Amino acid sequence: MKHIFTIVLAFSWSIYSSAYAQPYYPKTDNEILETLPARGKSWFEIRALRKRVESNPNDLPKALQLVRRYIELGRAESDPRYYGYAEAVLTPWMKTAQPTAEVLTLRATLFQNRHEFPAALDNLNKALAQQPRLAQAWLTRALIQEVQGNYAAALNSCLPLLKLAPPLTARVCINSTLSLSGQIDSAYQQLNRAVQIAQTEQPQDKQWAWIALAEIAERKGDAEAAEQHYRKAFQLGISNGYLLATYADFLLDHKRYDEVIKLLQNETRADGLLLRLTMAEQQLNLPEADTHIETLKARFAASRMRGDSSHQGDEARFMLHLLNKPDQALELAQMNWSVQREPRDARILLEAALASGKVSREAQPTLEFLAQSRLQDARLQPLIDRFKPKKIS
Amino acid sequence: MKRIMLMVFLSLGSFSAMAHKPSDSYLALTVESNHVHGQWDIALRDLDYAMGLDANDDGNITWAELRDRKEAVYSYALNRLEIAVNQQNCPLKPTDILVDEHSDGHYAVLNFQAACLAEAQQLSIAYRLFFDLDPQHRGLLRLIRNERTDTTIFSPDRKQVEFVLSLVRKPWQELLNFAYEGVWHIWIGFDHILFLLSLLLPAALVREDSSWRPKQSFSRAFWDVLAVVTAFTLAHSITLSLAALGYISLPTRWVESAIAASVAIAALNNIYPVFVHRRTWFAFSFGLIHGMGIASVLLDMGLPDAQRVLSLLGFNLGVEAGQLAIVSVALPLIALFSQYRYYPALVMKLGSVCIVTIALFWLAERSFDFQMNIL
Repeated sequence: MKHIFTIVLAFSWSIYSSAYAQPYYPKTDNEILETLPARGKSWFEIRALRKRVESNPNDLPKALQLVRRYIELGRAESDPRYYGYAEAVLTPWMKTAQPTAEVLTLRATLFQNRHEFPAALDNLNKALAQQPRLAQAWLTRALIQEVQGNYAAALNSCLPLLKLAPPLTARVCINSTLSLSGQIDSAYQQLNRAVQIAQTEQPQDKQWAWIALAEIAERKGDAEAAEQHYRKAFQLGISNGYLLATYADFLLDHKRYDEVIKLLQNETRADGLLLRLTMAEQQLNLPEADTHIETLKARFAASRMRGDSSHQGDEARFMLHLLNKPDQALELAQMNWSVQREPRDARILLEAALASGKVSREAQPTLEFLAQSRLQDARLQPLIDRFKPKKIS
Repeated sequence: MKRIMLMVFLSLGSFSAMAHKPSDSYLALTVESNHVHGQWDIALRDLDYAMGLDANDDGNITWAELRDRKEAVYSYALNRLEIAVNQQNCPLKPTDILVDEHSDGHYAVLNFQAACLAEAQQLSIAYRLFFDLDPQHRGLLRLIRNERTDTTIFSPDRKQVEFVLSLVRKPWQELLNFAYEGVWHIWIGFDHILFLLSLLLPAALVREDSSWRPKQSFSRAFWDVLAVVTAFTLAHSITLSLAALGYISLPTRWVESAIAASVAIAALNNIYPVFVHRRTWFAFSFGLIHGMGIASVLLDMGLPDAQRVLSLLGFNLGVEAGQLAIVSVALPLIALFSQYRYYPALVMKLGSVCIVTIALFWLAERSFDFQMNIL
């Protein structure tokens, strides 16, 4: 396994390094080599804050403020460098004898962001042992446990939010967990009611609720309701990469390729969105598909090169649907499955297993998980049925 | 009740919303005989975050802004890299700064030399660039030597790597290794084989009254050959040693041309005999030239400093062993066929004509320095 990785590494390096030009001397002094990103007002505030933190290394509130600003900027710009800066600011506070609950929770958020779930949970458990009323820690823990497919634990993490967080937040947390573990209909109704009556909630929370509701409707096989909920989520006018991705998947499932292109044509920077755009372009036989496939190849190679495994789910879809390499797709989907177990992770694994013909052994753990958790999903069911032994007629 | 703003990360699952790459630098080290050349690509954006390259704070980094801070950039970066060869630290000397584009923007390309006196057998690299500012930064190393390339990744958990470039062999292993090279060189070096063969072809004949006759006994032929081979060996061992240890040095083109000429003359001598009774001296004097030719191979391979004499001895022994193997196969055959009437004309002269032709091609190629692609 290690050898394979090394070979892949060397190989991807050779592709990657050949794709770029030779070093050169710029022609003139005034030639602009690089335009620095995000030089707005908030960057200058952050820079001033950074100086203050550097000169007052014992000021925890200022340090945490800086960490939060970096995380916000990282999310707004979809730029992982800011998470790295946040981690650097947090590191000295993690090394103290007893890091505070807030420090631990922020550290967990950074781990979560890189899909390092066990480390994130470890920090959250320590934070909650110290400060059981820390809503953020409960919520982050619930979200991670849900992604891991640990629905009972996720539900336990959601429950304290009924007292500690705005009502809608707790409702979304609880009902999306229940919807995945065999109670899809009642969860849908409860969440639908909660979001209708919510008045004073933050728009971000409302958007999260509409997205959760749309996803549940999709799993129920109710495309019409899902479409309506997605529209509500978009109407709130908050740009959200996750919403674009999940709605694009919905459109792809219903062969609405033109709409995918309209939705994502300016979103080529994020790998996950570029993947979905390229899938639509390929279905319509557009010439852009080829260049986008090359771009994606280079990007996946780059993230592999640095040992980043958080793209494996997307990469598996890329391998299967765009490169038609089911064996590699299955291997990636299996590695992805060992980290996270959302319905879409199960789906790519089953699709890759069926395409590669390796139906029995490789897919077995996933099929068992789906049976045990009583997960209902209209998109997964036909795939699951294809694994069942054929009846003798 | 204070409103709590909770952060909901929906970039979970298989969706990754990252539009950019995390911070990486690309370090390529090329190991040469007594120094290491480095090319280090570092993102301008990262350098700006670390040390503020944007002098006028307009959000753009220009070539002038980078070049004016060249020294500071080099000292910042090179202070965070250590290269040690055979456990000795190499001073890192900046050479030239350039610019290159990677998938996430422009990078400063820092070229530098790690001047290490000894030939690198063990290389250790310690890397700590940007780890204090961004623990997610990674250093992607490519180590290039001969035809091999190794890659590895530096991270805060893995700041140091070691490479064993060439195993320090035990003396007898070194001797064997060079002996093998010596055998191999004789085996693939047609010019030496042809020279020797030219000298051996008439070994079992005597020249009487302008014609060739078989020698009376095998033992006379044997002693004759022994004398010729010993003279050749002695001569090329002398010049091989002197050249390999650096006491004499002649232009390769001259030496190679002279070797080709020597083959031609040796073969011609079988057709128009001139040195019939002085073949031993003939072998000795041309052996001197062949020795220098053999030495050039050894010099190209690079003699290890520590065991020069031993490796020279090994190489020489290998050359002799290869030579003896050829003689021990060729001599019985030559002695056998020399008994036949047609041997002098058919085998010796015709064979010599072939050898002269080949040698003249070589001579032309080597002296005029072009390639005929025939041989």
